[in-house]
Amino acid sequence: MKVANNKITAERLVKDALTKAKHFADYNIFTYIDEENALRKARDIDKRIANGEKVGRLAGVPYALKDNFLSPDGDTTASARILTGFHSPITATAVAKLEAEDAIMIGRTNMDAFAHGSSTENSFFGPTLNAYDKERVAGGSSGGSAVAVALDIVEFATGTDTGGSIRQPASLNGVYGFKPTYGTISRYGVVAMASSTDCVGFFAKSPDDIDLLMSITNGQDPNDMTTLPDYYSASESSEKTSATIGIVKDFDNESVDVEIRDALKDKIALLKSKGHKIVELEMPSLKYALAAYYIIVPAEIASNLSRYDGVRYGFRSEDSDNLADLYTKTRSEGFMPENKRRIMIGNFVLSSGFYDAFFLKAAKARTLIVQEYAKAFEKCDYLLTPVSPSPAFKIGEKTDDPVSMYLEDVMTVPVNLAGVPGLTIPVGQNQAGLPLGLQLVGPRRSDKNLINFAKELI
Amino acid sequence: MLGMDIKREDILHLAALSKFSLSDAEITALGKDLNDIVKYISQLDELDTDNVEPTYQVFEMQNIWRDDEVKIQDAEREALLALTKEEKEYQIKVPKVL
Repeated sequence: MKVANNKITAERLVKDALTKAKHFADYNIFTYIDEENALRKARDIDKRIANGEKVGRLAGVPYALKDNFLSPDGDTTASARILTGFHSPITATAVAKLEAEDAIMIGRTNMDAFAHGSSTENSFFGPTLNAYDKERVAGGSSGGSAVAVALDIVEFATGTDTGGSIRQPASLNGVYGFKPTYGTISRYGVVAMASSTDCVGFFAKSPDDIDLLMSITNGQDPNDMTTLPDYYSASESSEKTSATIGIVKDFDNESVDVEIRDALKDKIALLKSKGHKIVELEMPSLKYALAAYYIIVPAEIASNLSRYDGVRYGFRSEDSDNLADLYTKTRSEGFMPENKRRIMIGNFVLSSGFYDAFFLKAAKARTLIVQEYAKAFEKCDYLLTPVSPSPAFKIGEKTDDPVSMYLEDVMTVPVNLAGVPGLTIPVGQNQAGLPLGLQLVGPRRSDKNLINFAKELI
Repeated sequence: MLGMDIKREDILHLAALSKFSLSDAEITALGKDLNDIVKYISQLDELDTDNVEPTYQVFEMQNIWRDDEVKIQDAEREALLALTKEEKEYQIKVPKVL
C-alpha cells in the first residue's frame, strides 16, 4: 500500500481518499467523515517526515473504520439507533495500534445494526450499495468497509466477523477479507455481538497488506482476557514447496452457483499445475453448522444486548412513566427488526424447557464441527471452499425471508464455530460482471502461512 | 421439536423476556419469522450427539489472572456520566422505579 514519505505526502493521500469518498457518496458507505481531523493528522505526519523523524509503518495511510469500533473520533453507533449519540471516551486496542503506526481514519463505515445481517440492509442508516452494481447488496455485516476498499477510497478497512461478516462482503465486492484465528486480535473496545465467535479482521487489496496489518494488530491485551500471545510474528514460514489442499465434497452441490463452482475448479487446476496436491474430504457435520450457529449466536446476542437500556448511554425514549417503561420503550424503538428477531430467538433457545433441545444440542453439534476440522487438517494443510452460495443479490431480495438471508452464511459460519482462520480471495467476475470469491481456511494459528499461501492462487 | 409451533402467547412471552413492546403487525411478522427460524434450527434433531460433550468456547487458554492492584481506568467518571441523558450530583437520573 502507498505510505507517506519524501515523495508523496500524507496530506495528498488523505485528500485523495476524502475526494473519492465524496465522489461515491451515493453508495452510502460512511456513517461519519471528519475531514479536518484527518487532514490535521496528515499534516502532522508530513511535518515529522520533513524533520527527519521516525514515522510508523502505516504513515499517512487512509483507512476506514467499521462503526462498531470504539474511538473518540465520531459517534460509535454500530449503525443502530439505540447507540446514536454515543461518543466513546475510550479507544479500541486495534484502533490504538493502527494509529500508533500513523494510519489515518477518514471515516466510519456502515454496517448491519450490531452486525446482525449479511447485506448491510439492516442498518439504521439504510443499505450500502455493491461496488459493482448499485442495485445489489454490499453483503454484510461489514458492507461499508468492503465497498470502501473495493472502490479504492481507502487502502484498507477494519471489520468484524462473527459468522462471515468480513469474508462474505469481501467476496461480494472483489477484495481480500481476513478473519483470524479466534483470539488473535484484541476485541477491547469493539461492540460485542457473540463473544464465543466475534473476531476482528481486515479488508485489503493484497495478501501482503493483510500480513502487515496482522503483524501490527495481533497479540495479548490485558484489557481482553481472550487474546493469545503473539504467535503470528513467530510463525515459521512454511518452506514446503508443495502443500495439500482439501476440497469439501459436501459444499460441491447444486445450491452453489455454477460460476462459483467453475471458479473453484479453475483454481484447483492452477494449484495442481504448481505442484500442490488436492484431496477430497467429507465433512458431514458442516451441513448442521448453520442451524447450530443460529442457536448459539442468538443466545449470546440476547445476553450481550441486554445492556442496552437507555440509562447510561445512547438513545433514550422520551416520556416514560417509570423505569420498566423506559427500558421497554427504548429497546422497542432503538433496535432494528433483525436485532429483535435474534434477541427473541436467543431468549427462546435459552428458556427453560427448550435449553436442552436447542442450546445444549447446538453446543454438542459444535464439538462435532470442531473435531471435523481437526480431522480435516490431519489430511490437508488448507481447505479451499466457496465463500457464499451466490454472487451479490438484489437489494430487497431477501429482506422478507430471514432464513434465506441466514443461508448466505452457510459456508462461512462453520469457520467461526471452530475458531479457525479464513481468508476470502477474489477470483474474478461472473458473466454479469459481479465479483466471485473463494475462501482459504487453515488450522488454528496457521494465519501467517495461510495469508502467504493465498499468493499461490493468484 | 419438529412441527412445534410458536403461538401468539409465546411471542408475547419472549417479548416480555426481551423487554420489547410489540405492535400487532410486529407480533404477526415475528410469529411467521420465528416459526421459520425454529423450523430451520430444528434440523439439528437429525444429528446424533449421544455421548458428545458440549463446546461453549474455542479459546485455548484458561484462567488469565492479573495482579490484584487498583487499575486506572481508561475513562474518567465525568466522561462516562456525560454520556447519560440526565445526571445530578454524579448520579444518573431515571424515571421513578415504581
